[in-house]
Amino acid sequence: MNTANQYLKAIYLIQKMEDGPASTGAIAEMLDVSPASANEMIGKLESEGWCNHEKYKGVELTEDGIVRAREAIQNYCIIERFLVEVLEVENFREEATQLESVIDETVAERLDTIIDREPQCPDCFDAESDVCALLELEVDAAD
Amino acid sequence: MSMSLQSPVGSDHQLARLLQIGVVLEEVVEARAAKHAAESEEIDEEVRTLLEEATEESADHRERLERLVEGLNAETIPFDEIQALVERQYEADQDFDGILYDQLCNEETAYKFYDDLIEAIEESDAQFGIDRDRLLSVLAEIREEEAAGVEEVTKLMERGQ
Repeated sequence: MNTANQYLKAIYLIQKMEDGPASTGAIAEMLDVSPASANEMIGKLESEGWCNHEKYKGVELTEDGIVRAREAIQNYCIIERFLVEVLEVENFREEATQLESVIDETVAERLDTIIDREPQCPDCFDAESDVCALLELEVDAAD
Repeated sequence: MSMSLQSPVGSDHQLARLLQIGVVLEEVVEARAAKHAAESEEIDEEVRTLLEEATEESADHRERLERLVEGLNAETIPFDEIQALVERQYEADQDFDGILYDQLCNEETAYKFYDDLIEAIEESDAQFGIDRDRLLSVLAEIREEEAAGVEEVTKLMERGQ
Protein backbone atom coordinates (compact mmCIF):
# COMPACT_ATOMS: atom_id res chain seq x y z
CA MET A 1 0.00 0.00 0.00
CA ASN A 2 1.39 3.33 -0.98
CA THR A 3 0.14 5.80 1.59
CA ALA A 4 3.20 8.05 1.10
CA ASN A 5 1.80 9.15 -2.26
CA GLN A 6 -1.56 9.93 -0.69
CA TYR A 7 0.17 12.16 1.86
CA LEU A 8 2.27 13.94 -0.76
CA LYS A 9 -0.82 14.53 -2.84
CA ALA A 10 -2.72 15.95 0.14
CA ILE A 11 0.17 18.25 1.09
CA TYR A 12 0.47 19.49 -2.49
CA LEU A 13 -3.24 20.24 -2.78
CA ILE A 14 -3.42 21.98 0.61
CA GLN A 15 -0.34 24.09 -0.22
CA LYS A 16 -2.01 25.06 -3.48
CA MET A 17 -5.29 25.99 -1.77
CA GLU A 18 -3.60 27.84 1.08
CA ASP A 19 -0.91 29.35 -1.11
CA GLY A 20 1.53 28.51 1.68
CA PRO A 21 2.65 25.65 3.94
CA ALA A 22 0.18 22.92 4.87
CA SER A 23 -0.64 22.55 8.55
CA THR A 24 -0.45 19.02 9.95
CA GLY A 25 -4.02 19.46 11.18
CA ALA A 26 -5.27 20.14 7.65
CA ILE A 27 -3.33 17.15 6.31
CA ALA A 28 -4.73 14.86 9.01
CA GLU A 29 -8.24 16.14 8.29
CA MET A 30 -7.97 15.65 4.54
CA LEU A 31 -6.72 12.08 4.98
CA ASP A 32 -9.08 11.35 7.86
CA VAL A 33 -6.28 10.15 10.14
CA SER A 34 -5.27 11.17 13.67
CA PRO A 35 -2.84 14.11 14.02
CA ALA A 36 -0.41 11.67 15.67
CA SER A 37 -0.27 9.34 12.66
CA ALA A 38 -0.06 12.32 10.31
CA ASN A 39 2.91 13.63 12.29
CA GLU A 40 4.62 10.26 12.18
CA MET A 41 4.24 9.92 8.41
CA ILE A 42 5.30 13.53 7.80
CA GLY A 43 8.46 12.89 9.83
CA LYS A 44 9.18 9.85 7.68
CA LEU A 45 8.60 11.79 4.45
CA GLU A 46 10.84 14.57 5.72
CA SER A 47 13.68 12.15 6.54
CA GLU A 48 13.38 10.77 3.00
CA GLY A 49 13.70 14.25 1.51
CA TRP A 50 10.13 14.70 0.17
CA CYS A 51 9.15 17.62 2.40
CA ASN A 52 10.29 20.04 5.09
CA HIS A 53 8.37 20.45 8.31
CA GLU A 54 8.75 23.54 10.46
CA LYS A 55 6.97 23.60 13.78
CA TYR A 56 4.15 26.19 14.01
CA LYS A 57 4.55 26.93 10.32
CA GLY A 58 3.66 23.76 8.50
CA VAL A 59 4.80 21.35 5.82
CA GLU A 60 6.25 22.28 2.45
CA LEU A 61 7.16 19.84 -0.30
CA THR A 62 10.70 19.79 -1.66
CA GLU A 63 11.23 19.89 -5.43
CA ASP A 64 11.36 16.08 -5.52
CA GLY A 65 8.24 15.99 -3.36
CA ILE A 66 6.40 18.25 -5.80
CA VAL A 67 7.33 16.04 -8.76
CA ARG A 68 6.14 12.92 -6.94
CA ALA A 69 2.95 14.61 -5.70
CA ARG A 70 2.07 15.75 -9.22
CA GLU A 71 2.58 12.20 -10.52
CA ALA A 72 0.33 10.90 -7.74
CA ILE A 73 -2.39 13.39 -8.71
CA GLN A 74 -2.08 12.33 -12.36
CA ASN A 75 -2.48 8.70 -11.28
CA TYR A 76 -5.51 9.58 -9.23
CA CYS A 77 -6.96 11.51 -12.17
CA ILE A 78 -6.42 8.53 -14.49
CA ILE A 79 -8.20 6.25 -12.01
CA GLU A 80 -11.10 8.69 -11.60
CA ARG A 81 -11.47 9.19 -15.33
CA PHE A 82 -11.23 5.45 -15.93
CA LEU A 83 -13.97 4.81 -13.36
CA VAL A 84 -16.21 7.48 -14.90
CA GLU A 85 -15.50 6.98 -18.60
CA VAL A 86 -15.05 3.21 -18.84
CA LEU A 87 -16.73 1.59 -15.85
CA GLU A 88 -19.36 4.30 -15.35
CA VAL A 89 -19.00 4.26 -11.58
CA GLU A 90 -21.13 6.84 -9.78
CA ASN A 91 -19.23 6.76 -6.54
CA PHE A 92 -15.95 7.32 -8.35
CA ARG A 93 -14.21 9.62 -5.84
CA GLU A 94 -14.48 7.18 -2.99
CA GLU A 95 -13.55 4.22 -5.17
CA ALA A 96 -10.57 6.03 -6.70
CA THR A 97 -9.28 6.73 -3.21
CA GLN A 98 -9.55 3.06 -2.33
CA LEU A 99 -7.87 2.02 -5.56
CA GLU A 100 -5.00 4.49 -5.69
CA SER A 101 -2.86 2.56 -3.24
CA VAL A 102 -3.09 -0.63 -5.29
CA ILE A 103 -3.00 0.82 -8.85
CA ASP A 104 0.56 1.99 -9.38
CA GLU A 105 1.85 4.23 -12.17
CA THR A 106 2.70 1.41 -14.58
CA VAL A 107 -0.86 0.09 -14.40
CA ALA A 108 -2.30 3.61 -14.56
CA GLU A 109 -0.27 4.25 -17.72
CA ARG A 110 -2.00 1.35 -19.47
CA LEU A 111 -5.42 2.52 -18.31
CA ASP A 112 -4.44 5.95 -19.63
CA THR A 113 -4.33 4.48 -23.18
CA ILE A 114 -8.13 4.18 -23.25
CA ILE A 115 -9.26 7.37 -21.51
CA ASP A 116 -9.27 11.06 -22.39
CA ARG A 117 -6.95 13.19 -20.33
CA GLU A 118 -5.92 16.77 -20.98
CA PRO A 119 -2.26 17.68 -21.55
CA GLN A 120 -2.26 20.19 -18.68
CA CYS A 121 -2.98 17.40 -16.15
CA PRO A 122 -2.58 17.66 -13.13
CA ASP A 123 -2.95 21.48 -13.11
CA CYS A 124 -6.65 21.13 -13.89
CA PHE A 125 -7.27 19.03 -10.78
CA ASP A 126 -9.69 20.80 -8.47
CA ALA A 127 -8.95 19.98 -4.85
CA GLU A 128 -12.28 21.32 -3.54
CA SER A 129 -14.39 18.98 -5.64
CA ASP A 130 -11.71 16.23 -5.62
CA VAL A 131 -11.88 15.73 -9.37
CA CYS A 132 -10.40 17.15 -12.59
CA ALA A 133 -12.18 20.42 -13.34
CA LEU A 134 -12.31 19.45 -17.02
CA LEU A 135 -13.98 16.08 -16.54
CA GLU A 136 -17.53 16.24 -17.84
CA LEU A 137 -19.87 14.49 -15.48
CA GLU A 138 -23.33 13.67 -16.74
CA VAL A 139 -24.75 13.59 -13.26
CA ASP A 140 -22.71 14.94 -10.41
CA ALA A 141 -22.46 11.98 -8.08
CA ALA A 142 -20.86 13.86 -5.23
CA ASP A 143 -23.95 14.16 -3.13
CA MET B 1 -13.29 17.01 1.15
CA SER B 2 -11.79 13.89 2.60
CA MET B 3 -9.63 11.18 1.07
CA SER B 4 -9.34 8.69 3.87
CA LEU B 5 -6.82 5.88 3.82
CA GLN B 6 -8.60 2.57 3.56
CA SER B 7 -7.83 -0.98 2.65
CA PRO B 8 -8.28 -1.41 -1.12
CA VAL B 9 -9.90 -4.85 -0.83
CA GLY B 10 -12.21 -4.86 2.15
CA SER B 11 -15.39 -6.11 0.47
CA ASP B 12 -16.80 -8.13 -2.43
CA HIS B 13 -17.57 -4.86 -4.19
CA GLN B 14 -13.96 -3.68 -4.01
CA LEU B 15 -12.62 -7.08 -5.02
CA ALA B 16 -14.99 -7.21 -7.99
CA ARG B 17 -13.87 -3.72 -9.01
CA LEU B 18 -10.19 -4.74 -9.01
CA LEU B 19 -10.94 -7.90 -10.96
CA GLN B 20 -12.93 -5.81 -13.47
CA ILE B 21 -9.84 -3.61 -13.88
CA GLY B 22 -7.81 -6.79 -14.46
CA VAL B 23 -10.28 -7.80 -17.18
CA VAL B 24 -9.93 -4.40 -18.85
CA LEU B 25 -6.12 -4.60 -18.70
CA GLU B 26 -6.26 -8.02 -20.39
CA GLU B 27 -8.66 -6.61 -22.97
CA VAL B 28 -6.26 -3.75 -23.68
CA VAL B 29 -3.40 -6.24 -24.15
CA GLU B 30 -5.55 -8.46 -26.33
CA ALA B 31 -6.70 -5.59 -28.53
CA ARG B 32 -3.25 -4.01 -28.86
CA ALA B 33 -1.47 -7.29 -29.64
CA ALA B 34 -4.09 -8.16 -32.26
CA LYS B 35 -3.80 -4.69 -33.76
CA HIS B 36 0.01 -4.90 -33.90
CA ALA B 37 -0.18 -8.30 -35.62
CA ALA B 38 -2.78 -7.10 -38.12
CA GLU B 39 -1.20 -3.77 -39.05
CA SER B 40 2.50 -4.45 -39.26
CA GLU B 41 3.98 -5.92 -42.38
CA GLU B 42 7.56 -5.79 -41.20
CA ILE B 43 7.35 -8.21 -38.31
CA ASP B 44 8.77 -11.69 -38.73
CA GLU B 45 7.15 -15.03 -37.97
CA GLU B 46 8.54 -15.29 -34.46
CA VAL B 47 7.14 -11.91 -33.41
CA ARG B 48 3.84 -12.65 -35.12
CA THR B 49 3.57 -15.93 -33.23
CA LEU B 50 4.38 -14.14 -29.97
CA LEU B 51 1.62 -11.59 -30.58
CA GLU B 52 -0.90 -14.28 -31.50
CA GLU B 53 -0.04 -16.24 -28.38
CA ALA B 54 -0.29 -13.07 -26.27
CA THR B 55 -3.74 -12.41 -27.69
CA GLU B 56 -4.88 -15.94 -26.86
CA GLU B 57 -3.35 -15.86 -23.41
CA SER B 58 -5.04 -12.56 -22.57
CA ALA B 59 -8.37 -13.91 -23.74
CA ASP B 60 -7.85 -16.93 -21.49
CA HIS B 61 -6.92 -14.74 -18.49
CA ARG B 62 -9.90 -12.57 -19.14
CA GLU B 63 -12.26 -15.55 -19.08
CA ARG B 64 -10.79 -16.81 -15.83
CA LEU B 65 -11.19 -13.38 -14.24
CA GLU B 66 -14.72 -13.10 -15.59
CA ARG B 67 -15.68 -16.32 -13.83
CA LEU B 68 -14.38 -14.89 -10.54
CA VAL B 69 -16.29 -11.65 -11.11
CA GLU B 70 -19.47 -13.61 -11.86
CA GLY B 71 -19.01 -15.45 -8.57
CA LEU B 72 -19.16 -12.04 -6.87
CA ASN B 73 -22.41 -11.21 -8.71
CA ALA B 74 -20.84 -8.39 -10.70
CA GLU B 75 -20.42 -7.79 -14.40
CA THR B 76 -17.44 -7.10 -16.62
CA ILE B 77 -17.01 -4.68 -19.51
CA PRO B 78 -17.53 -6.43 -22.88
CA PHE B 79 -14.41 -6.85 -25.00
CA ASP B 80 -15.77 -4.96 -28.02
CA GLU B 81 -16.23 -1.83 -25.90
CA ILE B 82 -12.59 -1.84 -24.81
CA GLN B 83 -11.45 -2.73 -28.31
CA ALA B 84 -13.24 0.37 -29.62
CA LEU B 85 -11.50 2.55 -27.02
CA VAL B 86 -8.11 1.06 -27.90
CA GLU B 87 -8.75 1.63 -31.62
CA ARG B 88 -9.67 5.25 -30.99
CA GLN B 89 -6.47 6.09 -29.14
CA TYR B 90 -4.05 3.66 -30.74
CA GLU B 91 -0.81 5.38 -31.58
CA ALA B 92 1.98 2.94 -30.88
CA ASP B 93 5.14 2.78 -32.93
CA GLN B 94 4.77 0.31 -35.74
CA ASP B 95 8.41 -0.70 -35.97
CA PHE B 96 9.85 -3.92 -34.55
CA ASP B 97 11.23 -2.42 -31.33
CA GLY B 98 8.10 -0.37 -30.74
CA ILE B 99 5.85 -3.40 -30.93
CA LEU B 100 8.03 -5.58 -28.73
CA TYR B 101 8.47 -2.75 -26.26
CA ASP B 102 4.72 -2.25 -26.09
CA GLN B 103 4.27 -5.98 -25.56
CA LEU B 104 6.91 -5.92 -22.80
CA CYS B 105 5.05 -3.07 -21.07
CA ASN B 106 1.81 -5.04 -21.38
CA GLU B 107 3.25 -8.13 -19.71
CA GLU B 108 5.13 -6.17 -17.04
CA THR B 109 2.09 -4.08 -16.23
CA ALA B 110 -0.11 -7.15 -15.93
CA TYR B 111 2.47 -8.86 -13.71
CA LYS B 112 2.68 -5.81 -11.45
CA PHE B 113 -1.10 -5.56 -11.26
CA TYR B 114 -1.58 -9.20 -10.19
CA ASP B 115 1.34 -9.01 -7.79
CA ASP B 116 -0.09 -5.92 -6.03
CA LEU B 117 -3.59 -7.40 -6.04
CA ILE B 118 -2.43 -10.67 -4.47
CA GLU B 119 -0.55 -8.73 -1.80
CA ALA B 120 -3.58 -6.57 -1.04
CA ILE B 121 -5.85 -9.63 -0.76
CA GLU B 122 -3.36 -11.38 1.52
CA GLU B 123 -3.22 -8.28 3.75
CA SER B 124 -7.00 -8.01 3.92
CA ASP B 125 -8.95 -10.02 6.47
CA ALA B 126 -12.26 -9.57 4.65
CA GLN B 127 -14.55 -12.53 3.95
CA PHE B 128 -15.34 -12.75 0.25
CA GLY B 129 -18.28 -14.32 -1.55
CA ILE B 130 -15.88 -16.59 -3.44
CA ASP B 131 -13.39 -19.07 -2.07
CA ARG B 132 -10.26 -17.23 -1.00
CA ASP B 133 -7.85 -20.06 -1.82
CA ARG B 134 -9.29 -20.48 -5.31
CA LEU B 135 -9.13 -16.71 -5.87
CA LEU B 136 -5.48 -16.54 -4.82
CA SER B 137 -4.48 -19.62 -6.80
CA VAL B 138 -6.11 -18.33 -10.01
CA LEU B 139 -4.38 -14.96 -9.59
CA ALA B 140 -1.03 -16.59 -8.81
CA GLU B 141 -1.29 -18.79 -11.92
CA ILE B 142 -2.04 -15.80 -14.11
CA ARG B 143 0.82 -13.85 -12.50
CA GLU B 144 3.24 -16.70 -13.30
CA GLU B 145 2.13 -16.69 -16.94
CA GLU B 146 2.74 -12.95 -17.10
CA ALA B 147 6.24 -13.46 -15.68
CA ALA B 148 6.92 -16.08 -18.36
CA GLY B 149 5.62 -13.60 -20.94
CA VAL B 150 8.05 -10.92 -19.78
CA GLU B 151 10.90 -13.41 -20.15
CA GLU B 152 9.81 -14.44 -23.63
CA VAL B 153 9.56 -10.88 -24.95
CA THR B 154 12.90 -9.97 -23.35
CA LYS B 155 14.53 -12.90 -25.17
CA LEU B 156 13.11 -11.77 -28.50
CA MET B 157 14.27 -8.21 -27.86
CA GLU B 158 17.78 -9.38 -27.07
CA ARG B 159 17.85 -11.44 -30.24
CA GLY B 160 16.86 -8.36 -32.24
CA GLN B 161 19.87 -6.36 -31.05
